[in-house]
Amino acid sequence: MSVNFLIHRAKEIQAVIDANASEIEKLDQEIGDGDHIFNVQRGIKLVIELEAVIKDLPMSKALNQIAMKVLSGIGGSSGALFGTLFMTMAKGNDIDNGVDYKKAIEIFADGVEAVKQRGKADVGEKTMMDVLIPVSNCLKKGVDDNKDVKEILKEAIEVAEKGMFSTKDLLATKGRASFLGERAKGHIDPGARSSQLMIKTVCESVLNS
Amino acid sequence: MKKFMNSADDFLKESLQGFGAAHQDIVNCNYDPNFITRATPTKEGKVALISGGGSGHEPMHGGLVGYGMLDAACPGFVFSSPTPDQMLAAAEKVDSGAGVLFIVKNYSGDVMNFQMAAEMMQGPNESVLTNDDVAVEDSSFTTGRRGVAATVVVEKIVGSLAEHGGSLQECKALGDKVNKNSGSMGVAFSSCTVPAAGKPNFDIGDDEMEFGVGIHGEPGRRRDKMKSAQEITNELLEAINEDLKPEANEEILLFVNGMGGTPLTELYLIYDNAKNMLDKKNIKISRSLVGNFCTSLEMQGASITLTKLDEELVKHWDSNVHTAAMRWGM
Repeated sequence: MSVNFLIHRAKEIQAVIDANASEIEKLDQEIGDGDHIFNVQRGIKLVIELEAVIKDLPMSKALNQIAMKVLSGIGGSSGALFGTLFMTMAKGNDIDNGVDYKKAIEIFADGVEAVKQRGKADVGEKTMMDVLIPVSNCLKKGVDDNKDVKEILKEAIEVAEKGMFSTKDLLATKGRASFLGERAKGHIDPGARSSQLMIKTVCESVLNS
Repeated sequence: MKKFMNSADDFLKESLQGFGAAHQDIVNCNYDPNFITRATPTKEGKVALISGGGSGHEPMHGGLVGYGMLDAACPGFVFSSPTPDQMLAAAEKVDSGAGVLFIVKNYSGDVMNFQMAAEMMQGPNESVLTNDDVAVEDSSFTTGRRGVAATVVVEKIVGSLAEHGGSLQECKALGDKVNKNSGSMGVAFSSCTVPAAGKPNFDIGDDEMEFGVGIHGEPGRRRDKMKSAQEITNELLEAINEDLKPEANEEILLFVNGMGGTPLTELYLIYDNAKNMLDKKNIKISRSLVGNFCTSLEMQGASITLTKLDEELVKHWDSNVHTAAMRWGM
């Protein structure tokens, strides 16, 4: 995984999120306050705009720049959560000397764990953590079991989709949807949907390369 | 939506520019990232107090920057948390070496962003988290109780201690104590409109009120039919007393706070009605504050905050203060 890899994936994610923007917006209007898609699109745009600044930087510095950009540029809870993900990844051990898929999975999993601590949300609370935590666990287990990288990524795509659909029948206890109580049931969480799309995009891109 | 504005994008910037220009003897406004500091640098050895939160609650917090209160405030966009780059820039400007105390209202976005700033900061720092709103345990924007108007009381009292040489740890401990000694609850008659959204945050009927409302118009305990001022005041005080449990003859601060769209005439009427009830319970009102301090844009409504006082708290409440929104003794 190189800085160039990150920039290219960000561009692919932008295309996929834009293509699904109206669906995500609709999900958010049903159970949130409608600004999620706007935050995600702004965040991705800011990361892509960093290309000239970060393309020649070592991985740790590039990830840190991305973290600060999404923190200040998205703001609110979303900015803090995505900022935490990238900032933790930036702290990965020895990442400036090359990041293979095992290292990439290790720092992603550390990042997800930090996001979980920051947002104090776990699986089953109808948030993006219903996608990120199972995906992180699946990736780590794949490495531990010495599975082929392609197999790991295919599984991750499935786990992400399952996690995303699982939010449909959950009761929200975190985030804006929580005050809707039973009314939020039957709706997929917009954050779970957008993060599932991002995971899928990155995994498929590596599979097809 | 009817508002004094030229464009939603420039709303905050123009308001900050006006604030900075109008109070240039007290404050200095910085832009990109946005933060407000005192016009004069922090005295060497004095703990720096930094607060912040979404805009739309003015005068909190920018109007509370000045002698005897805050050293800096970080305004986020309307009803949106400020970000760590603002807090770090503010800290760098006002930290005199004695450390930084962050005063944060318990709202998820604020908590996460201040937490990140604290982690990224090099120097010594502590945080006081206010959660005085007794209305609801968890809300649409929080885990745990919300931090509301008592934040003003915390900033006044801790600001005085910091001004008089309190250490970082002492300031944090006093902040936690004031928060623990305080309880608040609010009620709204109308909604408020975030400029960028263009439409009211919630719908409410002409004959309805949101009882236990949050400072962004988020839902409280229940939707009620309108009642008399004395009945509303009694119910607010009962909810606070149930939580705070002030004893007979205990001295308290009675703080009647307007939410932006309620005239002072009515706030003083609430004060009168609150005094009636507290007198009956033999709770002694020893200090008072009435006015618009922790607002929610143009929302019609008010909140009551009670803070149990002791000698130390009274001393720091009474000490000199000179900010845009609060000034006495000097």
